[in-house]
Amino acid sequence: MEKTLAKDIGFYVMLCIGLAVMFVGPVVWDLFEIMQITQYVVLSVYALSLAYIWGFGGILSFGEAAFFGLGAYTFAVASINMGETTLPFALSFILPAAFGAALGYFMFYGRLSDVYLGVVTMVVTLIFWKLINHTAGPEYSIGDARLGGYNGIPSIPVLNVPGDPAAWLDPAQMFQVFMGILIVVYVFLRVIIASDFGRISVGIRENETRSSLLGYDVRRHKVIVFAIGSGIAGMAGAMWATYQTFIDPNAFSLEMSAKALVWVMAGGVGTLAGPILAVILLQWLSLKLGTLHILNNYVILGAIMMVLVLLLPKGLLPTIKALTLRLWFLGQSRMTSDATGGKVPSDV
Amino acid sequence: MDYVLIIVLEMLRAISWLVLLASGLAIIFGMMRVINFAHGEFLMLGGYITIMTHNAGVPLWISILVLAPLTVGLFGVLVERLIIRHLYGRIIDSLLATWGRSLLMIGGITLIFGNTVQGVSTPLGGLAIGDYQVPLYNFVLIGFAIAIMATTWAVLKFTKAGLIARATMQNPDMAETLGIRTTWVYMTTFGIGSAVTGLAGGLVAPLTGVVPSMSVNFVGQSFITVITGGASMIAGTLSASTLLGTISQGMTFATGPVYGDAALLLAALVLLRVLPQDITGRIFKKSL
Repeated sequence: MEKTLAKDIGFYVMLCIGLAVMFVGPVVWDLFEIMQITQYVVLSVYALSLAYIWGFGGILSFGEAAFFGLGAYTFAVASINMGETTLPFALSFILPAAFGAALGYFMFYGRLSDVYLGVVTMVVTLIFWKLINHTAGPEYSIGDARLGGYNGIPSIPVLNVPGDPAAWLDPAQMFQVFMGILIVVYVFLRVIIASDFGRISVGIRENETRSSLLGYDVRRHKVIVFAIGSGIAGMAGAMWATYQTFIDPNAFSLEMSAKALVWVMAGGVGTLAGPILAVILLQWLSLKLGTLHILNNYVILGAIMMVLVLLLPKGLLPTIKALTLRLWFLGQSRMTSDATGGKVPSDV
Repeated sequence: MDYVLIIVLEMLRAISWLVLLASGLAIIFGMMRVINFAHGEFLMLGGYITIMTHNAGVPLWISILVLAPLTVGLFGVLVERLIIRHLYGRIIDSLLATWGRSLLMIGGITLIFGNTVQGVSTPLGGLAIGDYQVPLYNFVLIGFAIAIMATTWAVLKFTKAGLIARATMQNPDMAETLGIRTTWVYMTTFGIGSAVTGLAGGLVAPLTGVVPSMSVNFVGQSFITVITGGASMIAGTLSASTLLGTISQGMTFATGPVYGDAALLLAALVLLRVLPQDITGRIFKKSL
């Protein structure tokens, strides 16, 4: 953690990979691949929201889908009513962030423990899911947009160029815009995490009592972290809605919350690149397994989750890192065994 | 007059409903501070066993009262031995593992029985009170809620097993020093909690039918009840159920069932903000 962001090579590597994919991708991939990879990009933004609040704020939310869905529905309703997409997109960040702040106020100022936090966030998601499922009738409409209950909202506008509602983005442009958003979110989070604010929230994650004894307002910090994460999840929801041009209550489902958790767990809690890697790997895997028609999504998700908890509690990226470092040090110490005494550093 | 009686009965039914749904969870949470996120799926399992065995020819009451609790209880012991045991003291991991198991169970049951609703007709007819008709089954629910609470209380208060359980709850290390095998206590508690949940699932099944994803309709209510009530099994469950049952039933009378749950959550959030140590942490400190 002594490393500053400006000296972190991994950060520049990620940035370069991101920019390369953004500009080279549409040239080398065909339309189908672009659509497919756009999906990974959207879900990566969603995964980053939980990666941030859990990995760098110590807040384990079982209800990330509540904010994802809220963002998606906000975007859908606002864009159908306004006939353009720029302001709705901003709203899809602002509204979930505000809701996250309000919910966070109750949870963190009530000093709820991890167990309660998990339960409350999960129940919030369940209730959203239930409420939105009950809005099938025509009386449930906001302006021109009917909420549609379990039927969902169809024909959500595709993103347009700001200020020009007629200029819709084609899939390749949309991919580039989304990739740009992913990069901006990644950089934004890295900058926050490297800032004083981020250091304090990592301190809170490590030891809440000590941080508050050092004079930091733990509760306020947690609310802010939670609100930022919620806003990002909401934005991912809006991207999802405009990518599919359709949204239904499954955006609020437990499956959606569980996916975010699985990605972060698989990628490694406390990393940002790991969850992105996990999104790509696991979405691809579940696509392949799904076409076999033997297992359903719930079985796959549940099995992955339990295996991760029981066998790979640190996640992919940290485990790979630790393994390569260990091998590296083993090789080194064998060459200069008298210098290091053959000792393998245990904390890598 | 009849109308007042009906309202009182409905309130009682709503409260008993919460008690039934939550008590298995509360027993486990009270003992080991672990929220079983697969609680809803244990309910579902109890429901499925009831319906399946009844369709296979077993009398309904035997399915509900014997087979459902027994099977789910044994399943709970198995789960505790295989999974939960490794995760004591690792709160977050145990939450994640139980949730993973919950998804796995939904998926598994869907694979086996398909994603369709199955049910039996609700037994016992109705009772006429003035101009109104009340299902007799409601009285069964109320009766079982009372019975479960009374039995738990009596066991904890008067038996040796209850004494051991209370000792383990208060101070597991000290209990272990005095020669109690706390791992066995945990295993038994998890089994009993699961059995009670199985019974609740069996009782619920004739009312709602069973479907793999049925848990979403119940877990919200049971989780809210338990976290509002806090770690004490009986006082917590009873006080939280009474408060929340009244609120949600009142809301249902006023606006229909959709907002009942939302009102429940809102009430619980406000309550947790005002009494961060939940009801029993503040008011009934010394109770069971």
